[in-house]
This record gives sequence, structure tokens and C-alpha cells, in this order.
Amino acid sequence: MSSARHLYVHVPFCAQRCDYCDFVSLAGQRGQHARYVAALLAELELERETLAPELETVYLGGGTPTFLEPEALRALLEGLPGAGELTVEANPETVTPELAGALAEAGVNRVSLGAQSFQPRLLEVLGRRAGPDDVRRAFQFLRDAGLANISLDLLYGIPGQSQVNLDADLDEALALAPEHLSCYELEAKPGTRFAHAHGAELAEQADALEDHLERIVGRLTASSYRWYETANFARTGGEQDLRSAHNLGYWRGHDYLGIGIGAVSTAGELRWRNAPSLSRYLAALEGGEKPPRETEALDEATKLRERLMLGLRLDEPVALAEVETVLDRAAFARLSDLGLVESDGELITLSRRGRLLGGAVSAELIVWSGDSLAA
Amino acid sequence: MDQSQIRNFSIIAHIDHGKSTLADRILELTHAVSERDMREQVLDSMELERERGITIKAQAVRVQWKGHELNLIDTPGHVDFSYEVSRSLQACEGALLVVDAAQGIEAQTLANAYLAIENDLEIVPVINKIDLPQADPEGTAIEVAHLLGDAPEHVLAISAKSGVGVEAVLEAVIERIPAPAGDLSAPARALVFDSSYDQYRGVVAFVRMVDGSFSRRQALKAMALGTEFEPEEIGFFSPGMTPVETLAAGEVGYLVSGLKDVARLRVGDTITTVTEPASEPLPGYKDVKPMVFAGLFPTDSDAYPELREALEKLKLNDAALLYEPETSKALGFGFRCGFLGLLHMEIVRERLEREFDLDLLVTAPNVAYRVKTNAGTELEVHNPAEMPNDLEEVSEPYIKATVIVPKEFVGSVMELCNDRRGRFDHMEYLSEQRVMMIYELPLGEIVLDFYDQLKSRTRGYASFDYDLSGFREGNLVRVDILVGGEPVDALSLILHRDRAYDTGRQLVEKLREEIPRQFFDVPIQAAIGSRVIARETVKAKRKDVLAKCYGGDISRKRKLLEKQKKGKKRMKQVGSVEVPQEAFLAVLKLDGGKK
Repeated sequence: MSSARHLYVHVPFCAQRCDYCDFVSLAGQRGQHARYVAALLAELELERETLAPELETVYLGGGTPTFLEPEALRALLEGLPGAGELTVEANPETVTPELAGALAEAGVNRVSLGAQSFQPRLLEVLGRRAGPDDVRRAFQFLRDAGLANISLDLLYGIPGQSQVNLDADLDEALALAPEHLSCYELEAKPGTRFAHAHGAELAEQADALEDHLERIVGRLTASSYRWYETANFARTGGEQDLRSAHNLGYWRGHDYLGIGIGAVSTAGELRWRNAPSLSRYLAALEGGEKPPRETEALDEATKLRERLMLGLRLDEPVALAEVETVLDRAAFARLSDLGLVESDGELITLSRRGRLLGGAVSAELIVWSGDSLAA
Repeated sequence: MDQSQIRNFSIIAHIDHGKSTLADRILELTHAVSERDMREQVLDSMELERERGITIKAQAVRVQWKGHELNLIDTPGHVDFSYEVSRSLQACEGALLVVDAAQGIEAQTLANAYLAIENDLEIVPVINKIDLPQADPEGTAIEVAHLLGDAPEHVLAISAKSGVGVEAVLEAVIERIPAPAGDLSAPARALVFDSSYDQYRGVVAFVRMVDGSFSRRQALKAMALGTEFEPEEIGFFSPGMTPVETLAAGEVGYLVSGLKDVARLRVGDTITTVTEPASEPLPGYKDVKPMVFAGLFPTDSDAYPELREALEKLKLNDAALLYEPETSKALGFGFRCGFLGLLHMEIVRERLEREFDLDLLVTAPNVAYRVKTNAGTELEVHNPAEMPNDLEEVSEPYIKATVIVPKEFVGSVMELCNDRRGRFDHMEYLSEQRVMMIYELPLGEIVLDFYDQLKSRTRGYASFDYDLSGFREGNLVRVDILVGGEPVDALSLILHRDRAYDTGRQLVEKLREEIPRQFFDVPIQAAIGSRVIARETVKAKRKDVLAKCYGGDISRKRKLLEKQKKGKKRMKQVGSVEVPQEAFLAVLKLDGGKK
């Protein structure tokens, strides 16, 4: 069996479901928290052999891990194996001095705080509970508790968000001097209530939106943040590498174990996704069984395609020799001519503009099954 | 059977006026088909016809009625096949003219009635669907009688659906339609009024024996084309194939020729015997020439051999279909195909897609142009991209169009026809409510969206038919479209000079919408020669990222990228620009004529 050095733990519970969210999440269900944590630890036990003896990272994501009943959260943190990087995602309104202290005490050394925006109006559009002051307060509580590595999540492309609003959000975020920033474009999935409510407005601002990422990159890199992944920025200048070690594991194609409902694991030639049903998850693990899951076999070519797709999201190059069997040479030449791809013959990386167009560029660079290589 | 006991007739009608239903009732009444075997509309054998409610290929069925032999010859109902209709009519002595009691005379009814009159047929007018609540049998009878110069009392009133009046129709066939009067002892002459192709038996010709007789295994010869063959079988349809030893003057039947190519036995040709040939063929053979052309390209360029094979097979039973290889810089390898008209084109396309499972890109259709260059060379151009620049003179085909509409739409129709360079000829009130308008129009103005426009401007009430009326000189220019500086051959079009600017501008605007943004700016231009008359730009894409990508969504993101590239594979390459296939149909999506 392989040995994953990264562990993801999915905590689906939230105070409420945000309209734009597409993660597996469940509003409320406080009565289930303890049972769920017990089930998580049971799943971890059943998957022991997937994990390496020493872990690099553990990541608690959600949902809102910090929405867990304090007892349940403590039990979970206690039951998890130690790791060099232990991250917990937190929503501002859940962060109290007590919680911050408890996290620090339990060995959490990185917190990812979902700020999203600092504009009350935009937070309202998103249906977020926390206001800008809550974000700043939460940040301060975490700092006070000794957390020296905090990441802020920001959203762009929120209906009604102008360029001025975006700049203001960046100012506010930078004022807090976080170690790390994740900037995501709001994805209004067609058919969702959110898309329905704001589709017209989103379509109208589509053109302006095109410049947002470039603006963010310009602003943050000028403030000494490294644009190390398509949507992620790490502060530079200190001794510590402030990139997310956990997420780098994904982007570098390492194995990882994910536990909890809806969680995905990749180990060797196999990827599996736990079913998103809470009741089935609890029932299986309480009966000593692994939870129901879908599996996907990953052949060598697929793994290499993912390696290229994920690797090109990073600012560190990918070795050509590693991916040459899935690299579309004609596209490579064409995109090089257009200045989107850079290569010295041994390494390949995307130019700044190439990274802004990274989706389309990597789609073209990869030879998919059924592609004729000659094309 | 003695010729005096034979009656050969057709049914002519506008689409949906009940031709097939009447044919079914006749077969039932004469016990040619047991009710149990009765499929709806026995005569329409092709799946496509059944779905579209139209008849493409004629067939002939022999039935017995009160000591008479009746041959019911089915005719195609559309103007594209007017030559085939006229041959089918030539095989008859009479025709039932079926008119819907609620709809009245339509443009096609007129066209086919005139064809029948030209062929000296005895016309038996029949008003159908008299049991419909909105039927107006008396009014319709007056309209029809007026058209034929007949008395309204002479018009039969029936309901083919319920069978009411159908016996009277058969009585009228026997009483009013003359018996054939061929010379049984003269050298054999038979008119090929239709043919079809059977993959095992080869070309099956439908013939009307005019003089003399044929017997099985007799050496025969098609007079116009000179093709000789020995039929493997002769017979008639009842409605299944029924072999016989001889076919004699006055009879209708089939010949299984054994020939493997329909082009060798064309509709309209006369068949005689090799040993005792007739000196004169029957009149009226024409080599029908396609007037509408379009490029057919496989959407997946690997499917070119399949397309070629499919066209070869289609051509076997569609002698009017013309095709020649075409290489487009934008669309790759395909075929330039010639069709009799728009419906013919639509049918061929559907058959290729349905029967041969091909995914096709069909370029906007154009007409045949006759060109004289400055150097004095004369040629016929079937592809706008091949239109020479050094034009001395260009002529284009014109049609005489018949439009029948309720009188309140006369203004809209006039406006449309004027927009399309039409010349008003005359108009006539068919009744107090309905007007027939005759226009002369360039065929090139019809092939794009005239019919759709006509329908939408008359709320679907207009009926339309046309006849080719010859070639006429026009002030025509070739407008080229350049994408990213490269001329796109498949988008060139021939336009009247006065309309070139307007259409060119609309076309580049449409293309700007259709061509997705690329990694670089893409200029789109319309030009006459080297002169640019319109320009738009598709702005370069500035951002295309999959925002989030973590452990949980790697598979989904991977599939998204794969789909993104697959989508691009369906695009065609113009220089370095990727152009979606739909963009090549942009000209069809212009708001034609709307101002």
C-alpha cells in the first residue's frame, strides 16, 4: 500500500449554507457533531495503512470546522496524528479568543480564515454572517493566541463588485498583513439559486471581471507576495516558506488521504470519493465498515495529465521529461510563439499572461485520450 | 388486358391536402391491401418522407376495380422535383386534383395542375376533408372550377379519411379519364417515369408502356443514353412486386434492369428493344441540371471517406444529385454538391446524417452563375470562392415565383419581394380573400431564407412555388470574408453590388459574435477585391483560469479541461484562428431583408 503524507479531514457542518457554496456542507446538525467526529476517527483507523508513519500536513476543511461543538473539535484535534503543518479553516464569526486559544493549544499552526470581502454590501450579497469588523476581530484573536501563519480567503467577481471595491478589499486584506492569501473567482454555477438571482448582473460585469485577477496579481506581487499558484499568494521576505504545504502536495501530485463525507483520496493508481451522505457515513463506520465510496482508477497517462495540469498552476516549472508523453508538441510550439509558455528545453512553465489564461493554455498543452498526436 | 379497360392516373395535391390518405383508401377499397397489412400511407416508402409528410420518389400501384385495371402513379409534391412530376404525369392520361376544403388552392396545387394541363391530362377535381368543421366545400369547389374552367358541379366532394365519396372518385376515373391509345404492334416504346435503386437488384425502372410490348430476358435499350441491358424481371406493383412475362402498351410496371448505376437509366428516357428499336424516342427527355449548390464537409475531417462513400450510394438512387470533390482551406476536404432546389438539398443532408450517420457541415447555399471573363472565357461557377475577379459579365438564374396569400398580407409580400430584387409581374384574386402574386426573382435571393421570411411575414399563411425562368445578367460582386487577415473561402458570397455593403457589415458583426475570443486579437473583415468594406475585432481573451483546484476536485477539473480541448477540436482552423463550425453558417443567420 502506498503511504500518503497528507491528510485531509472534511467537516461538513456550517451555521448556514452560503448560496454560492458548492462544497459538501450541512447546516446545523449540532446533535451529530460528536458522532461524526467519532466516525472520522474510526475511518482514519481503517485507513491507517494508506498513511505514512510521519505526516507532512493535516488540513481540516469544510464546511466550517470551527463550527463544531468545542468538545467535538477538541476530540477531533486530539485524535488526529501530528504533522509539520496543521491547518484549520475558520469562519470569522466562529472565532472567539477561547477558540483561538484552543486551536493553538491543540497544535494548530495555520488557520485559513474565510474573509471573502470587506464590503458589508458584498458580504450581504454572498449571504455571509460576518461583517468586516468580525473578520478583523477574528484575525486579531488568532494572532493574540499566537498563530503566526494565517491565510485569508478573498472572493472576486461578486455581483456588484466594482474595481474600486476590489482594490478596497485588497487594501483591507493587506492591512492585516496575512502570511497567505487565496483569491478565488466566484463561480456562479448555472442552475443554482445564486446564478439565478445574480446571473444578469454577473453577465454585465463579465468584461470588467476579466481584469480582476491580473489586478490582484499586480497588487499582491507589488506587496511582496509570491503568486505561487493560480489562486494563491504567499508572503515573502522572511525565512519561512509560507506557501500552503498541504495544497502544494496536491499540486505536486502527491498521494493524500481524505476522510469524512464527500472527501477524496488519491493513493497510487486509485482515487476514491466518499459518498456525501451523512447518515450512510455514520451507519457504515458505526458498524465497523469503510464508508460507501466511488472509486476511479488512474492510469499512468491520466496521472501524468494531472501532473501537467496541476504543475502548470504553480510558478515552479515542470520537468519536460516527466510529462513529455502527454504534452501536445504542436500546441507547445504554438503557445510558445504566442509567449504563453516558456521553456528552456528541459523545464516548462507558463508566462505571466499564460498563467492568467492557464485553463485554456493547459487544456491545449495536454494530449487527451483520443487526441491525435499529429494534430 | 385490353387497353380500353386500363386507366392510368396520378393524384396531385399540395402537401397535407390528403393525397396519401386518398391513395390508401383506394388501395383498401380495391382490396389491394388488406386492412391488417395497411400501414398508413402505403405509397410513401421512405422513412424520411413519412416524417416530413412528403413524397420524394414516385411509385405505381396496379389495382382492379369493376373489370378495369387502374394504375395509380404517385408523384412527388414539390417544385424541386417538377421534372419528375412532369414525367410521372406524362405516364398518365388523367389526374385527380385534390384540394383541401378548408385550405383552398395553394401555390403547389397550381403548379402541379398547370403541369397536368400541359401534359394534356384529363383532370378530375376532388375536394377533400369536407367533414372538417372549418371546411368550405362550396367555396373551394368554385375556386377549383374557376381554375380549371370547369363547372362546380363537376367537382367531387370527399373525405378520404372516413372514405366518404371515394367510390365516386373511382367511378369518375373510369368514366372521365381516357383509356391509353398506344400502338400494340409498333416497335416497343416505354417511358421511364421514375427509378429507384435496390442494393441487391440494381436499378429498378418504373415504366409506362406506350407502344408495343416487352418480355422478360429481352435485350433493351435506353434511347437517350444508349444504355443496353437485359431485365432480370418485369412486373407491376400490387403493391408488392408481382413478376409477369410481358408488359404491353397502356400498362404500367417495372423493369429490374440489373444496372448498378441510376445515372445510366435516367428518368424521362425512352426504352425500346435492341432487336426492333423504335425510330423516335418519346418527347420530353431533359437532362435536369442542379441550380442550387453547397459545400458539404464532414465535421470530423477523418470522416471524409465515409462521406464520399455515402454520396456514391445516394447518387445511385438520386440521379439529380451532383457532387465533386472540393478542398476548402478553412473546412478541409469535402464535396461541392448540386441540388435541384432547397428541399432536395435538405433531403440529401438529412439522408446523409440519418442513413449514413454522418455529422456534416453544410455551407450556405448558392446558385449557379454564368460568367464571362475579360479574356472572353465563359464558364459556370458553382462556388462563390471560385468566382473570377476579372468579370466581364455575370448572369444568375431567375425564377417565376407564385405566392398565394390572404389579401391582408399583399403589402408584406411585396415588401419582401422588393427587398429581394423582385420584379412584380401581376396579381390575381383567386377568391375574395385570397390573392395570387407573380414575381420574377433571382434564385440567389431565394436560397438563403426567403421562405422563412415569407412564412414569418404572413403568419404562415403564404404558399409559395417557383419555376426557373432562365439566366439574366446582374450587377454582382464577390464579397470575401477575412478572419485574422486570411480569406475564408467557405464564407465568400456573391451579392448584388447595392446590397454588398449592408450584408458585408451584418456578416462581420455576426461573425464577431460567433467566433470565440482567442489568445490574440482577431480582425474580421469583409472585402470586395482588395477593398475592405467592413471590419470588426474579436478582442483577445485576458483571463481563463479554473479558480480553485484542490484534492477534492482534481478529477472534475481534469475533465473540464479535456472537454475544453475537445470543444476546440470541433473548430476549424483559419490560419491560427479557431472558428466554430456554426460560424460558417453565419450568413444564414442574418436578419435577411429586415430593415
